[in-house]
Formats: sequence, C-alpha cells, structure tokens
Amino acid sequence: MVLIHIVTTFLLGAGLFFTFVGSIGLLRFPDFYTRLHATGKCDTLGAGLIILGLLIYHFFYYPETPLVPAKLIFLILFIFIANPTATHALMKAAYQMGIKPWRLGEERE
Amino acid sequence: MKEGRLFAITLTFFTMALFWILLSGIFDAFHLISGLICCLIVTFLSHDLLVKGKSEKRLLKTLRLIRYIPWELWQIVLANIDVAYRVLHPKMPIDPRVIEFETPLRGEFSQVTLANSITLTPGTITIRVEPEQGKFLVHAISKEPADALLIDQGMQKRVAHVFMEE
Repeated sequence: MVLIHIVTTFLLGAGLFFTFVGSIGLLRFPDFYTRLHATGKCDTLGAGLIILGLLIYHFFYYPETPLVPAKLIFLILFIFIANPTATHALMKAAYQMGIKPWRLGEERE
Repeated sequence: MKEGRLFAITLTFFTMALFWILLSGIFDAFHLISGLICCLIVTFLSHDLLVKGKSEKRLLKTLRLIRYIPWELWQIVLANIDVAYRVLHPKMPIDPRVIEFETPLRGEFSQVTLANSITLTPGTITIRVEPEQGKFLVHAISKEPADALLIDQGMQKRVAHVFMEE
C-alpha cells in the first residue's frame, strides 16, 4: 500500500507542477497566442495527471465502488478531447479579430 | 447502405447502454429496463449522428486509432515538458511564427484528428483549417516545432496511416 501512496503522490505532484507552470507561462509569455500555448497544453496534462492519481487511489482504497474510477477515465478522455478544441477555438477567434502574433524582437505587451 | 445503418444502430445502442450502466450504477430490474428503453428511443432518433456516412474498413481504422493513442499521449507529455522548459528558462527561448501547409487528408474525422494532434504536440496550435483544400494554419512557438511539421511531416503520415488516406 506504500507503493500506491508513492504513485498517487507522484501523479498529484506532477499534475500540480504542470498546472503551476501553465500559470507562470500565462503571466510570463508576451502575447495572446503564446499564452494559449502555456495554458492549453499544461492544463490538459495537469488535470489528466491529477485525475489519474485520484483514480489509482480510489481504485485501491475503495474497491467497493469500481464505477467511480470508470467515470474518472471518461472524464480524462473528455478533457483530452475538449481542451485542444477549446484552445483552437480561442486561437481562431483571436486570429479572425486580427490580433497580430508577437514576433521575436518586438516590445512585450 | 442497409448494412451500414444496422452497424450505426448497433454501435449507438451499445454505447448508450454502456453509458447508462456506468453513470447510473444501479443494477435492479426497474432501472436497467427503463434505461434500455431510453437507449432504444435515443438510438432510434439519433443513430446517424455517432456513425456518419458509410466508410470502408471501419474495424481496422478503429484498431489503428487505438494504436495511435499511446503515441499521442507520449507526445502530450513531451509537449508539456517543452512548454515547462520554455516557461521556466530565464531567457524564455521562444520565437513564435504562423505557418501554413497543405495536407492530402480529406476526411472530416482525419482532419479533426490531425488538428487536435497538432494542438496537443509540442509547440504548435492549429488556428484554422480549410477542409476543401486541406489547408492548415498553425501557430508555432519557435522554429523547431514549425520545421517538424513542415519538413518531417511525421504526424501527417501517422494520421494518414490510421485513416488509410496514404
């Protein structure tokens, strides 16, 4: 059971790390498009890892409710489909509004 | 035509039933039967939404798609490490650019898969897709991911292999 604790802690920690990095990227990156790179990617994996950690914990400690891990698997699946789609929608909207992508050497916003 | 429709109905019904059992979690006769009746109604009304049109070799494509998913998951991990590196590096090594390329992919589902894969893999996000010409407009965070997409075209080939549009 110690092993499960280690795996769960590692997954939750990694998930938190990536979500945290995504937030830093949101603050540090220069323009709309690059900021979407930070949030769109890190949130997907961050949320996925956190849910995976919870899933493993639940599966081994509460085996009497096996439907909860199954639901969590579907949650991960939907996040992995919905998140890139939403990122793409935001990108497209910004591009159609005529927001210019930042190029190297320009002043930062 | 008739066979394709039967396939669509069967697949939709079993997907619906699976979801009902999964989400309800109650296994007495009343709930199961009412659930199956609901599945039947939904299947009857909307079986042409989930499986669209007729397509050859569905089973093989599904198998190939299942084999494609682990590779894609690994790409997602790489993408995150890449973004983490760029974010945490003091000098922030980014050189964003917008690139445009054309693919031979024509299927709706294969283009969606490619677009979402581009968004999930390191350093690139799809901005716009023009389905008729197969034209993709992509924002890349620096030079290397842009070149990977323009010159190597590894991902395009993989998606083309999955949907057999080589």
